[in-house]
Amino acid sequence: MITFNGVTKRYADGTVAVDNLSLEVPTGEITVFVGPSGCGKTTSLRMINRMIDATGGQILLDGVDVKTIDPPTLRRGIGYVIQQAGLFPHRKIVDNVATVPYLLGWDKKKARARAMELLERVGLDLKMADRYPFQLSGGQQQRVGVARALAADPPVLLMDEPFSAVDPIVRASLQEELLRLQSELNKTIVFVTHDIDEAVKLGDRVAVLRVGGKLAQLADPATLLTRPADDFVREFLGRDRGIRRLSFVSGDGLRLRTDLTVPASAEVSSLRGTTEPWLVVVDEDNCPLGWIASKDLPESGTPADVELAPYGTFVKGRDSLRAALDATLLSPSGSAIAVDESGRVVGVAVREALDEELALVAGGVGGVDG
Amino acid sequence: MAEEPLVRWDWIGRNWPNIQGLLVDHVVMALVPVVIGLLIALPLGLAGARWRWLYQPTVGVMNVIYSLPSLAVFIVLIPITGLATRETVMVPLTFYAMAVLIPAVVDGLTSVPDHVRQSAVAMGFTPLRRLLRVELPIAVPVVLAGLRVAAVSSISLVSVGALVGRGGLGYLFIDGWQRQFYTPIVVGIVLTVALAAAADLLLVLAQRLLTPWSRARRTA
Ligand SMILES: Nc1ncnc2c1ncn2[C@@H]1O[C@H](COP(=O)(O)OP(=O)(O)OP(=O)(O)O)[C@@H](O)[C@H]1O
Ligand SMILES: [Mg+2]
Repeated sequence: MITFNGVTKRYADGTVAVDNLSLEVPTGEITVFVGPSGCGKTTSLRMINRMIDATGGQILLDGVDVKTIDPPTLRRGIGYVIQQAGLFPHRKIVDNVATVPYLLGWDKKKARARAMELLERVGLDLKMADRYPFQLSGGQQQRVGVARALAADPPVLLMDEPFSAVDPIVRASLQEELLRLQSELNKTIVFVTHDIDEAVKLGDRVAVLRVGGKLAQLADPATLLTRPADDFVREFLGRDRGIRRLSFVSGDGLRLRTDLTVPASAEVSSLRGTTEPWLVVVDEDNCPLGWIASKDLPESGTPADVELAPYGTFVKGRDSLRAALDATLLSPSGSAIAVDESGRVVGVAVREALDEELALVAGGVGGVDG
Repeated sequence: MAEEPLVRWDWIGRNWPNIQGLLVDHVVMALVPVVIGLLIALPLGLAGARWRWLYQPTVGVMNVIYSLPSLAVFIVLIPITGLATRETVMVPLTFYAMAVLIPAVVDGLTSVPDHVRQSAVAMGFTPLRRLLRVELPIAVPVVLAGLRVAAVSSISLVSVGALVGRGGLGYLFIDGWQRQFYTPIVVGIVLTVALAAAADLLLVLAQRLLTPWSRARRTA
């Protein structure tokens, strides 16, 4: 656990970058520091590994004041990832990753073996190991940066806008990757960003800072979106808070109907009498092929003869209510198809089911927020 | 009387041992100052990169030295280091080399991107180790580029020393001039140029070997 105890940083020129900050970063969780430019995020982060020394208060690492630890020793036990990756241009990728193990005096073979293991872990082709950093794309460099930070298996990871220099698609995949890694490694992570979407996506808890280095709110993402502490936080969260909050509500509560699927090989004549306006056509593995409107059923043949309408799915047990809602918007049927991890249909959430669930969620918000 | 040919090969054959001696003398007088200049420029350059306020005055002084005519400096030094000694030539050349190399070392060190330095700090490098393992290696291409300039200009400047009695291959120019005899002049020019080209080539090769990462970057 990392504890900020009334931490203040006043730079030599009098700028107060962080003002009396007190918060706890729980072990094994991702805590995100988010806020506008210049609000003291980087300063706060760097006071943890003493790249910047606090001018007031204390930072405790599992109860030990970081000021009592020699900086190089302290830093070798804390992974650090920055925006431009900061890779050493003159060292091969494998040696970049093995940097901290080398500093800790591991023998070369062991350090390199460990580096290779990590490259694999962050999803990099091992062919990259013998390249130099400039031969990698920005996204790949960033992965190397993460691998390097993890090399000596530090319990704590500090990340300063690590994904903000890459394009949105790569960023999304790096974020997924980080969450996957974290589910395996359970590091104590402090993640800095100015992107609130990234903050709510990654954070177990989100600390919103305002300029002048004051803590505006510390909460889990769903609470943050539902109950912003004040106008500053509300404005910072921006639009679509309601929709975005659905990301934190499981889609499992949706009532599913199982009587709406038809095999692609079924005779349409058998479907004549149905009162359902839309049916899901499935293949022999029970995977969805598309929607068919009962009014468009042909005289004879099978649903496979008809052009099917597009569909959207969400994975039951994994996806959020937001994903389910999104799925309904992808189909003229207005319903979302629930599938299992392997893509087989487990049921259909019709619009009424979504309405019920959305009403429940909205009801749970309470009347505080404007 | 037959026209005097540009090159008389028989003269070269007869005087070869002499020419060889001059060549060796030239190499020593040109390159020892570059090596010493580098050894001095490294700590001064480090200081200049560390304390930026030191940098401008140092470069200023070095530029003034660089602008002094070499012949004048040679003559001023004669009472101290003696007429026709290697030192008379090498001392000023050392300063010329430093004038090129100090800025090269400073530029090399400042070419280390800030995020690279920061991440070295963050990973727990001690300052000395960071300098030796990260900053200096990254500075190498820029320093080597400076070294090429210093080596080539040093090789060409040695010849001026002939006017104070010690100029390596430069002696051939004076000799040829005084006797209105072209062969030594041609030999002197060819060998000086060859020497400069060889030194430059060696340094380029050294750069390829030492910094594969920077070669790759240029050709990428
Ligand atoms: N070395 C310094 N000397 C003086 N002031 C500084 C120094 N470093 C940062 N500051 C000031 O401290 C404040 C906080 O800076 P910090 O870098 O922590 O912000 P940040 O939240 O990380 O911003 P960004 O999102 O732009 O990275 C800013 O006003 C900045 O100008
Ligand atoms: Mg910052």
